[in-house]
Amino acid sequence: MKNESVEFIRAGRRQRHRRWILVTGSLTALLFILCCAMLLLGNTIYPVTDVIRVLSGEQIQGASFAVNTIRLPRMLAGLFAGFAFGIAGNTFQTMLRNPLANPNVIGITSGSSAAAVFCIVILHTSEAIVSIASVIAGLATVILIYVLSRGKSFSIGRLILIGIGIQAMLDALISYLLLVGAEQDLPAAFRWLSGSLNGSQMQELPPLILSVFILAPIIVLLGKHLSILELGEQSATSLGVNTDKTRILLIFSSVCMISIATATTGPIAFVAFLSGPIAKRLVGVGFSNVIPAGLVGANLVLAADLIGQFAFVARYPVGIITGILGAPYLIFLLIRMNRRGEL
Amino acid sequence: MNSSSASKIKKPSLHIPRNFVTVLVICFVLLGLCMIASLAFGSRMVGLHDVMDGLFHPAADSYEANVVRKRISRTVFSLLCGAALGVSGALMQAVTRNPIADPSILGVNTGASLFVVCGIAFLNISTANQYIWLALAGAAITAVFVFGIGSLGRSGATPIKLVLAGAATSAALSSLVMAIMIPRSYVMDQFRFWQVGSVGSANWDNIATFTPFLIIGILIAILSAPALNALALGDDVATGLGVRTGTLRLIAALGAVLLCGSATALAGPIGFVGLLATHVMRLILGPDLRFVIPMSAISGAIILTVSDVLGRLIGSPGELEVGVVTAFIGAPILILLTMKLKVRSL
Repeated sequence: MKNESVEFIRAGRRQRHRRWILVTGSLTALLFILCCAMLLLGNTIYPVTDVIRVLSGEQIQGASFAVNTIRLPRMLAGLFAGFAFGIAGNTFQTMLRNPLANPNVIGITSGSSAAAVFCIVILHTSEAIVSIASVIAGLATVILIYVLSRGKSFSIGRLILIGIGIQAMLDALISYLLLVGAEQDLPAAFRWLSGSLNGSQMQELPPLILSVFILAPIIVLLGKHLSILELGEQSATSLGVNTDKTRILLIFSSVCMISIATATTGPIAFVAFLSGPIAKRLVGVGFSNVIPAGLVGANLVLAADLIGQFAFVARYPVGIITGILGAPYLIFLLIRMNRRGEL
Repeated sequence: MNSSSASKIKKPSLHIPRNFVTVLVICFVLLGLCMIASLAFGSRMVGLHDVMDGLFHPAADSYEANVVRKRISRTVFSLLCGAALGVSGALMQAVTRNPIADPSILGVNTGASLFVVCGIAFLNISTANQYIWLALAGAAITAVFVFGIGSLGRSGATPIKLVLAGAATSAALSSLVMAIMIPRSYVMDQFRFWQVGSVGSANWDNIATFTPFLIIGILIAILSAPALNALALGDDVATGLGVRTGTLRLIAALGAVLLCGSATALAGPIGFVGLLATHVMRLILGPDLRFVIPMSAISGAIILTVSDVLGRLIGSPGELEVGVVTAFIGAPILILLTMKLKVRSL
């Protein structure tokens, strides 16, 4: 009897594991297809063989420029930024146990953007300092929101409301900075305000790629603790998780990743918000959805960019497409949460 | 005061708050100072003497006097617009029985924006008189939609649900606004002009268009104030006191939408004025809406005009849009209110 139930649980676990592998595998395959599409499609469609030869280092008239200077950086920026947004958004949602608690909604992205715009138009600092300042400002915003929302008793609802208030102030600040800024600084500042892969350049990518390779593994390794944190503070403590340390490390890694990704592509609307819930739905419960969330994020950004480039007469930046796709989902999610009384 | 509200419905004897007269006097003094400041300050500073010249001596033809005359329409408009937004905030808070309702928080401004953009892009409209109907329709539809989503579920329209519904709807609608604008540069040009959330471009035609809406809206607000007081005690109590809650909500919401929709149509999206104006008055005068509603009009006018003057001073030699200033002043109020709320009532 006892053996049977153990066997039953094991079977369930194996099944979920198989599902996880299947989902991750399919997401990776889809991502690969989208990456290829990003390289192949454009104003001129070069044959596959040409693209492969260009990527392996050969020079081909026309194709070399299009692929190496325009399409490859665009593809890589979308891939890594999407991955970063997906993982970081998912971390916040899991940690705060509410899909609405993500960096876009509670104002962390606005904090980073405000600091970056300040550095660009007022202080005229170098790009590296802009990125560092944006990371620090993102972290400071998190701390501020957390401190303000603690009050007599902590609640996620309060945290989200205060985040929305802080965001309104930061957005006002950004508008002010843009007004007083000199005209030649504005294009650099606008990059921080709307998500777009247009004009991605190879030399901007190393910080983004590096941050994903360093920070994503940290979050993946902490993924087990993350799923335990989801059970609530007390359960996590009694299961032996050092909640404060884990939480600080997770917040630090996610905010760094988001800020650096935002520096490259701008805040791509709703990717951080959508990836977690989609991944969770695909993977189911029981296994960490950190990596699937990252893959979903990358898929979303690349697919939305392809749609924005080719589906309409006009070319739309990727942030508009993700906004139009993501916002109805947000509303749907709200309706469902309200019906169930989860808010 | 709460305990006596019930009896007040039956015999409408006004229980005037003790400090009401003081508050009224202070408000009017502030209002006067705002008007003078709004006439005098700007990219060209003008002395008090010139303000008087510009106002009362039509013959005076100095450069400064003409600057002042140019600023008269702007000042009048910002006063009226602020009054509309203040009253509209008070109405929305009473209708939703929710302390943080405000046209901007409920996403109503973005709804108006979307309709105006569609009008510019697809219907070729370009004058304020045509904007106003579209903006009203957009505001009304969005308000109903947001309130509908926010009040689903057992707990009713709690602050957090309403705010999130508003934020989500705003996000969705502003994506649509961008998507309509990007391929049409002519729309972007016109819309940018509208969207800055500014009272600077107001002329007397705008004011003439706006005034009927303002009067109707404020009349609705003042007439429904006693019944809204009863509503504050809860739907059951209000029904028991003979208030038709459904009809009341509908009419009061209509008034709120008329006020904020027409203000948004002419001035562009301006947020947080209603929140700030109402809560200041509620804090000073107590919860009786028969006082809070008219006084919110005055405090709203003061807040918007001060914000406009501040925007001119901070943004000098250009100007910072008034919507940006009100967000910066008003958002902390949202944060403070949230910190004060009990977890249960979120």
